[in-house]
Amino acid sequence: MDVKANIENPFPGEVHPTPTGGVLVTAIDDVINWARSNSLWPLVFGTSCCAIEMMSTASAKYDWSRFGFEVARATPRQADVIIIAGTIVNKMAPVLKRLYDQMADPKYVIAMGACATSGGPFFYNTYSVVKGADHVIPVDVYIAGCPPRPEALLHALITLQKKIKSGLTREQIRMAKPE
Amino acid sequence: MTNDELKIKLSELVPTIAFEEAAVQAIPPGWLNVSVEPKDWHGFAKSLRYQPELSFDYLFCETCVDWKTHLTMVYHLESTQHRHIIVIKSKLDRNKSDIETVSDIWKTAEFHEREVYELFGVNFLNHPDLRLLILPEGWEGRNPLRKDFEDPVNVVKL
Repeated sequence: MDVKANIENPFPGEVHPTPTGGVLVTAIDDVINWARSNSLWPLVFGTSCCAIEMMSTASAKYDWSRFGFEVARATPRQADVIIIAGTIVNKMAPVLKRLYDQMADPKYVIAMGACATSGGPFFYNTYSVVKGADHVIPVDVYIAGCPPRPEALLHALITLQKKIKSGLTREQIRMAKPE
Repeated sequence: MTNDELKIKLSELVPTIAFEEAAVQAIPPGWLNVSVEPKDWHGFAKSLRYQPELSFDYLFCETCVDWKTHLTMVYHLESTQHRHIIVIKSKLDRNKSDIETVSDIWKTAEFHEREVYELFGVNFLNHPDLRLLILPEGWEGRNPLRKDFEDPVNVVKL
């Protein structure tokens, strides 16, 4: 689904007008995905300088609440998406894993910046840095940059929305295919 | 006190101390660099802290450097009354790096020395609580900031 289709087709379904109102024809999975993607609550989680860019994205100038991300939650129980904004060190990895496990399904992960993607500037000659957060938890969207600009984070969040709208969640796919 | 006045005063206190050449001190910020033997350090530190005309009451940096041949402890001191600053350096043996703690003189040194202990393996004598600060348990004896530190599990060498 490209952006143009998104604008032309804001709601997944057809409305058939009748004299007393209308009839809505849609698929419930599409409606659920539409609702989920437009109300993604990020977890307050930042481990280094990417977090400053993330805060900037939340500020009035970039204003990620335009897309439904405004309710940053300080508890994983109420968050839908975790933005890994910064370096993950070996000591932080079990904490990140625990936060992810505490989030309710469906949950999504964005790896923001070089450190969260691959270890970035700390890939070589470092004893303490995890070489990519995807060694710890599964990642949905990666963003390049050190740190990425707020526009890049917004683009990643919109990409995640498209991903959610395009199909099933990870848990649904797992349940459909028994191991 | 100016650097020259400090030089005269400190030489009187401990005759064995040495000063780095003027060229080093001409580089901004122009702090006076003093070298002291580890065995003289604790007594020297006490004089620096408690003599009224010196009164270095603020230890704003304590760290260590690994030069491969030896270690150097580095202390940055400032007096909040007189606003003079000095840098103290003390050369340590790499294999037997013992130096007296200054945490009884400047309380902040307690954490600084724990950090130097875990990263460089410097043994601070008479430290009240010498254990790892940030590194996880089991890192004793492996000092990441030593130049010969090897970690085949975590380190990708370039």
